[in-house]
Amino acid sequence: MRRPVSVGRILAWILLIVLLILTLFPFYWMLRTALSNNTALAGNPGSLLPVETTLGAFKRVLGLSTIEEAQAQGGSGASVNFWLYLRNSLVVATITTVCQVFFSAMAAYAFARLRWPGRDKVFALFLAALMVPPIFTTLPNFVLIKNLGLLNSFAGIILPGAFMTPFAIFFLRQFFLGISRELEEAAMIDGAGHRRIFFGMIIPMSAAPIATLAILTYINSWNDYFWPLLVGQQENVRVLTVALGVFRSQTPQGGPDWAGLMAATLIAALPMIILFLAFAKRITNSIGFSGIK
Amino acid sequence: MTAVTNAPPEKRSHGDQAPPKPRRRLGDLKVAMVFLIPATIGFVVFYIWPTLRGAYLSFTEYSLLEAPKFNGLDNYERMIHDSFFWNALGVTLEYVAINIGVQTVLAVAIAMLMYRLTKSITFRAAILLPYLVANVVVALVWYWMLDFQVGIVNQGLTWIGVDPVAFFGDSHWAIPTVAGINVWRHMGYTALLVFAGLQTIPTYVYEAAEVDGASELKTFWRITLPLLRPVLVMVLVVTMIGSFQIFDTIAVTTQGGPINSTRVIYYYIFERAFTRFDFGYASAMAMVLFAILAIVSLLQLRLLRAKESDLA
Repeated sequence: MRRPVSVGRILAWILLIVLLILTLFPFYWMLRTALSNNTALAGNPGSLLPVETTLGAFKRVLGLSTIEEAQAQGGSGASVNFWLYLRNSLVVATITTVCQVFFSAMAAYAFARLRWPGRDKVFALFLAALMVPPIFTTLPNFVLIKNLGLLNSFAGIILPGAFMTPFAIFFLRQFFLGISRELEEAAMIDGAGHRRIFFGMIIPMSAAPIATLAILTYINSWNDYFWPLLVGQQENVRVLTVALGVFRSQTPQGGPDWAGLMAATLIAALPMIILFLAFAKRITNSIGFSGIK
Repeated sequence: MTAVTNAPPEKRSHGDQAPPKPRRRLGDLKVAMVFLIPATIGFVVFYIWPTLRGAYLSFTEYSLLEAPKFNGLDNYERMIHDSFFWNALGVTLEYVAINIGVQTVLAVAIAMLMYRLTKSITFRAAILLPYLVANVVVALVWYWMLDFQVGIVNQGLTWIGVDPVAFFGDSHWAIPTVAGINVWRHMGYTALLVFAGLQTIPTYVYEAAEVDGASELKTFWRITLPLLRPVLVMVLVVTMIGSFQIFDTIAVTTQGGPINSTRVIYYYIFERAFTRFDFGYASAMAMVLFAILAIVSLLQLRLLRAKESDLA
């Protein structure tokens, strides 16, 4: 920019590229291992390319290969079915995102566009909940979900996050505040009620921030581990993150099925990577802009 | 940090200038209540109520099987004599110190490099990628890459003539390893926050420094860093609070071992509550963690005078 090519600039570029490689290499290594034959892997740990390239590991964790095939390639032979966990993750993340974003938008509308006594105090109270560390509320929430008989059900996993998060309300309120009041008043004069203003005006006008929030919520929900670990251990509701933990602890100590494990992690990570590639610009720009998240 | 660009807060008084009629004073209260129903249910049931209940449980003995029995300050007294608790606190502090220290330095470095070299969105997206992958996935990938016998990192060390390191198996290495893994996951994200902060510094300050002949380093220490302080404080508060809550990585790799060297406070609370069903004691420890986090954030905001900017 200001100065012509200098030694410092070249060094700076080299440093930046090294950091970039450090960031991306583990992703390549995941793929390289997942495409390898696990029995051959140990003999060739330094090979930069897949060892005896095969899709066996993917077939194994998706439950598509027979026990003999799996064991021949170094799998444990125990039945794993990541299709099921993939479905569970989809169900949990989708319902959580839709409910949380919609209900938070309703609340944000009440805090941003409506005038009522005590509004700012109630909003401050909602925000104060950000201060409480999750583990503190997690213990009593677990007791509650257990007493309701919702352990090992989708409802138990989804409920605590389905209604709101302080961050989501805060985030949307900021955008709703920016919409001009004239438009709203014009609609009012035309006889529109609050429901029509909310659905017909505020939501369409805030489509971009709502989409950003939905993507971020989806990713967070997909990646969550602690809560589903506590309330969703059983196979029929087990999500991918929990399943990965189980898969890792089941793998034999002597010769772990690294290829299978990496294939499984890739299955868990890929949907988020694709989502990210599709919305990279939006997600990247939202960081720093919305600040804390 | 919370620099939202296009949302000026509306400075309208609640009742406008209209004479105080009772209907006007309540404003849109009825509609607002309808719109707030779902959020309020969630807030009361899953935030307020558990916070109060958690505080109460910390003064009880509770095994989940029978009703909680009030036992005053017993849990807190027990904590003072519990060497595992103190060990957990120590391990957590070590983790936070390494994690936040390395991460902040790297994030500022990356942000500076990006600011000076490239504003490419592709680059920023690439550096953010690890943050979007689950902790569990990140932990497992590094668990494999850092494996003692066949991990690629130890292969690399062997190639350059260094003895392999038992990253997860050696009690001195375990916490720095876990801290490093999470630095890898979060440094790009933190760098983007710092990068956003850098962009708020007006260019004329740099131009003035250049006219005065200030060196690159001097400009960084005397101008960039002081002007970046408010952003850095917020970044530190947020990342540090997150850092204290390290759990996922440890749960899928070391599970507190070897020899208690990675049993961080979150993991210890989890163990007490869900493998020993000692909910009262676990709640008391969660209460202490809550207090520590509150004190840490307040101290940081105070010490670093977060709200004042030097650009006045």
